[in-house]
Amino acid sequence: MGWDGSARLRRWLATLLLALAAGCATTNGSDPRDPLEGFNRSMYAFNDAFDEAIGKPVANAYKSTLPDPVRGWVRNFFANLGDLFIGFNNLLQGKPADTVNDWARFAFNTIFGVVGINDVASEMGLEKHNEDFGQTFGRWGAASGAYIVWPLLGPSTVRDSAGGLLDAYLDPVRRHEPADARSFAVLLRAVSQRADLLDASRILEEAALDKYIFQRDAYLQRRRGLVYDGNPPRESPSSRARDDARVQAAPAAPAASDRQFDEPAADSTLPGRVSNLYEPRQPANYAAVLAASARVGR
Amino acid sequence: MITLAGLRAAAAAAAAAGALLAGTAAAQAITPPDVLVKSVTLEVVEIVRHDKDIQAGDRRKVVELIDAKVVPHFNFTAMTASALGTHWGKANAQQKARLTHEFRTLMVRTYASSIAAYRNQRFDFRPLRARPTDTDVTINVRVLQPGTEAVKIDYDMEKTARGWKVWDVRVADISLTANYRTEFANVVRESGIDGLIRTLQAKNDKVAERTPLAGGERK
Repeated sequence: MGWDGSARLRRWLATLLLALAAGCATTNGSDPRDPLEGFNRSMYAFNDAFDEAIGKPVANAYKSTLPDPVRGWVRNFFANLGDLFIGFNNLLQGKPADTVNDWARFAFNTIFGVVGINDVASEMGLEKHNEDFGQTFGRWGAASGAYIVWPLLGPSTVRDSAGGLLDAYLDPVRRHEPADARSFAVLLRAVSQRADLLDASRILEEAALDKYIFQRDAYLQRRRGLVYDGNPPRESPSSRARDDARVQAAPAAPAASDRQFDEPAADSTLPGRVSNLYEPRQPANYAAVLAASARVGR
Repeated sequence: MITLAGLRAAAAAAAAAGALLAGTAAAQAITPPDVLVKSVTLEVVEIVRHDKDIQAGDRRKVVELIDAKVVPHFNFTAMTASALGTHWGKANAQQKARLTHEFRTLMVRTYASSIAAYRNQRFDFRPLRARPTDTDVTINVRVLQPGTEAVKIDYDMEKTARGWKVWDVRVADISLTANYRTEFANVVRESGIDGLIRTLQAKNDKVAERTPLAGGERK
């Protein structure tokens, strides 16, 4: 990287600082799931600018240069490596049957799919899963915590960030030697994944009024669905109405004393448990609200 | 004369029988929700696959196709109400109609974009698990693609007198109506229902500008 890397880096850092400064000025923090909204919005703006300038053009070039089947091989190759630790996560989540499925996928695709560039396992009926450590922690009962947007990595939460660190640590691509091949593979994978999202990002562009909120809410809904493997407890229309009332009542908190408590933590409604047993549950922010009201009372 | 009277009698009998059997007849005439989703999906995909103009990127034709084949099976008023949550009650009848119109336009355009992105993926229509008496069901469809996990599409449907109608679509567990709820609530809090109508109009105009419908101006 001998060329004008340092100048570029400096310009980049300047943009980052500007974005941070702009973000801090517009903190409104009205959503309880997103206390870092000011910071997150500036990170989002930065990521969006980076994507416009580099991510999208590179992904478009990749898509127009390489024919469809070749891009399929790249996608399948990395997806196949992923199956190894998807199976491991399924094991940690107590789903050994899925683990067998995932590792069988890896075996078949590696051997009969020519080092994984062909997804023969899907044609055999072995389904591809989506798991990571963030989902495993969620399955174990960890709440997602605050929403965080990381520079370049994008939307996450406290829980998913912790999971992401473990994901990255165990990622076979990142552990590959030598370093040159590793950088190439990490880049290629990123470009391939970005190219696969070109349609989705165009749709986001068209559908959202406020792209930041649209992406945030979509991310949180998606992760919730993934933790429950596609069967999240259904929100009833009445609970939706309650949620709305709480959001509405947030600026004038004292008037809505019955809205102070959050929904009870969702961990005791994991699928597989008998959910029709009555079990009084404490709201997640029970202690905090008690403490706050004690302070007001004094 | 006899024939005429006979015809009249037959007609009267038919009408009476019709009135008596209206409930059951209507119930039998309604296409079951899973059959409906499957037939509409396959029909639309078949048309998209064979239409040269759509393949060449003619958005106007996609929108027309959606208007004709898909829109009749959606309850956009219910979707808009769900997206507005408690704010729906604050809107008067005229505002509700305008909100529904704008939200519908936005949905149809978004849907047109996703159809334009269709690349010969296969569909897996999951068997419906519901009792015959159920009036609120979820139809699960999965879009299969090698190398990535299947994308789930869930249609929440409600039985009405005019057939089963979709009132929410969840793509990969992301509910479309729920995803607009925070955005809509923010706009309503800042500038009221009329502000939201204006925002939606502006959004629709902007999208129309950026992805002009091929083949002339928009009607």
